[in-house]
Amino acid sequence: MNVTDWGWVVLGAPLVGTLLIALGWRLLPGRSAGWLGSASIGVSFLASVGMLLELVDRPEDSRALVGTAYTYVETAGFEADLSILVDPLSVLMCLVVSGVSFLIHLYSISYMTSDQGFARFFAYLNFFVFSMLLLILAANFVLLIVGWAFVGAASYLLISFWYRRGTATAAGIKAFVINVIGDVGLVIGAFLLFEATGALDYASIFEAAPEVFVRDDGQLVAACLMILVGAFAKSAQLPLHTWLPDAMEGPTPVSALIHAATMVTAGVYLIARMHPLFELAPTAADVSAILGTATLIFAASVALAATDLKRVIAYSTMSQIGYMILGVSVGAYGAGLFHLMTHAFFKALLFMGAGSVIAAMGGLQSLDRMGGFRKAMPFTFVTFTIGALALAGFPLFSGFFSKDEILAYTIERGGMYAILGVVGYIAALMTAFYAGRMVFRVFFGAAVPEARELENGHMAHGSHANPATGEEEDTDVGFPGPEHHVAEREWPMKAAMAPLALLAVVAGVLGIPGLTETLEHFLEPTFEDSRYAEVHPSTTAEWVGLAVGGLFAILGLAAAYIYFMRDPARRVSTRERFAGVHRVLINKWYFDEIFDRSIVRPVAAFGRFGRFVVESTFVQGVLVGGTVGIVRAGTSLARSIQTGELRSYAALLLMGVSGLILYFLIVSS
Amino acid sequence: MDTSWFVVLSAFIFCIGAAGVMSRRSPLVVLLCLELMLNAGNLALIAFSRMLGNGDGQIFALIVMVVAACEVVIGLGIIVGMFRRRLPIDVDEMSELRG
Repeated sequence: MNVTDWGWVVLGAPLVGTLLIALGWRLLPGRSAGWLGSASIGVSFLASVGMLLELVDRPEDSRALVGTAYTYVETAGFEADLSILVDPLSVLMCLVVSGVSFLIHLYSISYMTSDQGFARFFAYLNFFVFSMLLLILAANFVLLIVGWAFVGAASYLLISFWYRRGTATAAGIKAFVINVIGDVGLVIGAFLLFEATGALDYASIFEAAPEVFVRDDGQLVAACLMILVGAFAKSAQLPLHTWLPDAMEGPTPVSALIHAATMVTAGVYLIARMHPLFELAPTAADVSAILGTATLIFAASVALAATDLKRVIAYSTMSQIGYMILGVSVGAYGAGLFHLMTHAFFKALLFMGAGSVIAAMGGLQSLDRMGGFRKAMPFTFVTFTIGALALAGFPLFSGFFSKDEILAYTIERGGMYAILGVVGYIAALMTAFYAGRMVFRVFFGAAVPEARELENGHMAHGSHANPATGEEEDTDVGFPGPEHHVAEREWPMKAAMAPLALLAVVAGVLGIPGLTETLEHFLEPTFEDSRYAEVHPSTTAEWVGLAVGGLFAILGLAAAYIYFMRDPARRVSTRERFAGVHRVLINKWYFDEIFDRSIVRPVAAFGRFGRFVVESTFVQGVLVGGTVGIVRAGTSLARSIQTGELRSYAALLLMGVSGLILYFLIVSS
Repeated sequence: MDTSWFVVLSAFIFCIGAAGVMSRRSPLVVLLCLELMLNAGNLALIAFSRMLGNGDGQIFALIVMVVAACEVVIGLGIIVGMFRRRLPIDVDEMSELRG
């Protein structure tokens, strides 16, 4: 089999899984829908590995292959194919997406066991993986946009998976609306590119772009900014980020898969994929770098104060994606994608651990209620701590190599970028602090009743209620199932978390500066034409960057240790001293309120104006009422003739005929 | 015999029928009067046919009879239906189609 054949298998397996589960769920007893779903993603992962092996066998200059299934549209001088592009970038993404997805499917089999919507969950999940792989493998904008929109739809379906929970459906709608804003941006960007180059497939656009556009051409910058709207909506970057924390309403495996490891990194992938355009339009790339930096510091600051465990991790996701966006925007493609990969590992792991803890708490998510789970959940404790250390960038863990490489590269670009890099380092300090905060508050300190119960072999079963609002719920379809499952007792959950924990520790070996740099070499064919290929910092500079980052990580963790372990009283006093700052942070910098005031309310007021002024007086009154009045007046004579009395009809008929005969007699005589 | 006699007779019968249709309220009688009007027409057709010496008018008359038979079938059917439903046997009462 050649490379693109493997690509079609990668794409086909999850689609087959979706269809089988969606159409045949009645015939799938017990957990078999979950096993089927996992198997289809497993096939996809194996095919990705096949793709990788075939690709590295080829010479370096012919590692971008396009496979076409059929021609989708063909009109005068324009052709859109149903075709996939397999190159090192898409292979890397396929490996990460299908690999992490497989493990999360495995985890979900246990986590969702008692849920009434078990098969539906796996149908959605497989559909998501299919859409994501379509997005990655697309060789032109048409397929990209299809995959892009499908991913948004899958995200909506999964966020509002517990569809009888009002907060979940509201969060789903919010995510969908913001994602559609991104879709529209992407479509407009594709139009602008098509208008100038007359093509929609990447190869032709990238080939034509340097001839059609001058450097920083207005139309190209506009197109790139529109593409950025798409990327930022998907990747939850400022100012289109508000949906991601709310998306934590979905089941935890969904948060792990879609809102941490895969879908939200689509924006990073998109910018990396469009790098020839962004390098031609440095203004757009700078906008992207600045917004990415703003997001990474903003999200890190909110994560310091948030009390909902899943939201802390969600803000941390936004922050880490900010690093990736910064990386791919300043030309550190290898480092950005390296961080994408390691982040997928440790963030999925953190969410899985959080899911296990939340289950042990009987569904409660507040950090204020947690504590002392170290003895009750040793496995979760170890894996979660590994994830947190990798997130903090603790030396020799995977996040250490990837994140700090981005920052080293950014500072190497100099000028304005050096400032962005410094901001990145400050955020790294915060990252280490909140990573430590999560671990210390969840696993250390005095054991809460739920933890003590678990130590004695019992599971806490909280009342069935919405953790956000406290509303009563039952456990039927549309609400979470009755049972909770923790990693300590379920082997599929352990089997999913252990490999990720291992990868979170060792994935760094793929990019040790001066030693391995495997990933960067692998990606070289895709990015060899980059104008920033020469900017690469020296090995010494990279190691200095790593050392500074590692120092910050240790400092942040130490600060967290002082605050949450040694001297908890200081935490309270600090919070009181900086009450104003704390209030801003806990309210997420008032972004939701600002959007509410500046967009939602004016639109709603405009809607009310339309409803009560335009609609009721103008449309209902003048247009509809006026038309009815005219017709009614004009037909009153005709209506008065229609008496309904047979004899008067007969008389009229006779009179009419007699009149006609008389007329003709008179005329003819 | 002069054709005009037949035509005058036909006109008389037609007027009787028309007057009946307009003045009577029983649907049965209205139907009878319609029949009179049709047959007055037939009489005129046959008279003119004889006068002109060809059979066209007679063929028309036959067709009118077929139509009349159909009309009676439907009309009587409606009247029987009205009896069945105990509706008033009065065309003036049946004015639901007033505009």
